Amino acid sequence: MAIFLNKDSKVIVQGMTGSTGMKHTKLMLADGTNIVGGVNPRKAGTTVDVDGTEIPVFGTVAEAIEKTGANVSVLFVPPAFAKAAVVEAIDAEIPLAVVITEGIAVHDSAAFYAYAVSKGNKTRIIGPNCPGLITPGQSNAGIIPGDITKPGRIGLVSKSGTLTYQMMYELRDIGFSSAVGIGGDPVIGTTHIDALAAFEADPDTDLIVMIGEIGGDAEERAAAFIKENVSKPVVGYVAGFTAPEGKTMGHAGAIVSGSSGTAAAKKEALEAAGVKVGKTPTETAKLAREILAG
Amino acid sequence: MDLFEYQARDLFAKHDVPVLAGEVIDTPEAARAATERLGGKSVVKAQVKVGGRGKAGGVKLAATADEAVEHATNILGMDIKGHTVHKVMIAETAPEILEEYYVSFLLDRANRTFLSIASVEGGMEIEEVAETRPEAVAKTPIDANVGVTPEVARQIVEAAKFPAEVADKVANVLVTLWKTFVEEDALLVEVNPLAKVASGDVIALDGKVSLDENAEFRQPEHEALQDKDAANPLEAAAKEKNLNYVKLDGEVGIIGNGAGLVMSTLDVVAYAGENHGGVKPANFLDIGGGASAAVMANGLEIILGDPDVKSVFVNVFGGITACDEVANGIVQALKLLEDRGEDVTKPLVVRLDGNNAELGRQILSDANHPLVQRVDTMDGAADKAAELAAAK
Repeated sequence: MAIFLNKDSKVIVQGMTGSTGMKHTKLMLADGTNIVGGVNPRKAGTTVDVDGTEIPVFGTVAEAIEKTGANVSVLFVPPAFAKAAVVEAIDAEIPLAVVITEGIAVHDSAAFYAYAVSKGNKTRIIGPNCPGLITPGQSNAGIIPGDITKPGRIGLVSKSGTLTYQMMYELRDIGFSSAVGIGGDPVIGTTHIDALAAFEADPDTDLIVMIGEIGGDAEERAAAFIKENVSKPVVGYVAGFTAPEGKTMGHAGAIVSGSSGTAAAKKEALEAAGVKVGKTPTETAKLAREILAG
Repeated sequence: MDLFEYQARDLFAKHDVPVLAGEVIDTPEAARAATERLGGKSVVKAQVKVGGRGKAGGVKLAATADEAVEHATNILGMDIKGHTVHKVMIAETAPEILEEYYVSFLLDRANRTFLSIASVEGGMEIEEVAETRPEAVAKTPIDANVGVTPEVARQIVEAAKFPAEVADKVANVLVTLWKTFVEEDALLVEVNPLAKVASGDVIALDGKVSLDENAEFRQPEHEALQDKDAANPLEAAAKEKNLNYVKLDGEVGIIGNGAGLVMSTLDVVAYAGENHGGVKPANFLDIGGGASAAVMANGLEIILGDPDVKSVFVNVFGGITACDEVANGIVQALKLLEDRGEDVTKPLVVRLDGNNAELGRQILSDANHPLVQRVDTMDGAADKAAELAAAK
């Protein structure tokens, strides 16, 4: 088992025929992902040869689902067209849409999130501005490198891509059930809480590592959730203690506004919920090791 | 991006939110003509992106054009809470104000939706009202796909208990303000105060707007709203080169890939600095994925050009990016800068991990550049960079 993604997942790629989409389609295939098609209305009916694998291109997400039974879409669609692409995925009722695109206007992400809710949340959105998710040894939906680590029993949820990689690397000898990059934008489809709930329910996850960063109050709310609902050990890390107020630190959502959204407040909330919080990624990994060693 | 009051006023006017006439000037003498255009009297308002202008003496009523020049002379150059006044707005004097209200729309991150905040107790900070009289503040979630229709506007008016005689006018302000919010891709539009004046009209007397920089691809006019005067020169140079850079006040220059990893690097350097005389990170710089030698050179150039920087920490985790490419980038970047005649004398500590790390480390070892040191763990490299900065 794993969360959100496994060996049976049938993956399509919206924006597959672009250069970024093509590059990562190759990498996902190499990681064993079952990619069943791409979507591009202008190239519908053709096939694309990806390192020897013929992948059909469909005109719409709905058609791709009908022909292949796809249940995951990974989106590499430029910001200006991302909203329409996500709305199309929602209309087609694909169960999981992973939005890799960085730089989507927040009015667009708020609109497609509200649309997904209004359609009864049939589509789980991960991202935008995220590296996607990986279930090592089974499937990779996004841009997380598949060769950092192996299957194991740690679940990872993170706002940051490179910190996801760093943490997978630190704990590579132990391995991961799934690692989910939820994205650094102000409005995201899947939160820390969603991933925590899924890992709590996953019999193949023994420990959860949660990585947060400045901005918003998602970590504080995750802390409250952990206190009430999570029985598995959780280890946390928060980036951005030295970030100045009012400056966006790379991720659109990573900003301390007045006294809210600080790393210190997040750490405090997590610790109050019984989460061990590391000062550095390396120390965080060490805390996870200690807990797993008993 | 937060705007000045005059820029907010202009956007409000563009979308038919009722505002008073006004124009922005940056010399005292220009206050005369501007005031004359308004009929011989005006309000002279300091343009700073911070609250409390009035108390600081940054807002003055001018009964004559001469007085306007005098006020502008005093206010231009004034320091208000650390912000220097470079511009003043010469605004039409408000008719007699009977009541002051508050209305805003903003992104509600926690609920992943938009929110309307409205109160009949305007004129002061809304946080203060929310604290002392929470019942006077009406918060209404707005469905992004429905927006603020006249019906939704009326619900907000009722929720905030606006007086019946202004209900229609306030509802109209809400509809036009929402139009501003959506069509300008704003994260916040706030009117405070929204004034009821003697004629019975409601007018936006002051406002705040914050715009979404991710929407610049469809908002070409927003670039002109950037406050280029206030930008740190290094930040401005970095922006020119499309680098994601924030100047900080420490001594260790930082380059990394990925926003989260770079934020983490700043923290790790600050912790390491505690053991080395309190040195701190000098900047945030994310060169992103797949950085080429040219991008690395641009980044290094900005950082080495910062006189505060004493040492540099390059922290890369190769995900998709291959570390051998990064290592080649560093070597080429240093050569490029030296060939350009730049004075490259600051020590670099480089930590490479992940994809092709061994190859990358080998390239750095082979290049054997006298300024470059390899340390293979993030915490160890941070400690070395802090130590080098402290020793300088």
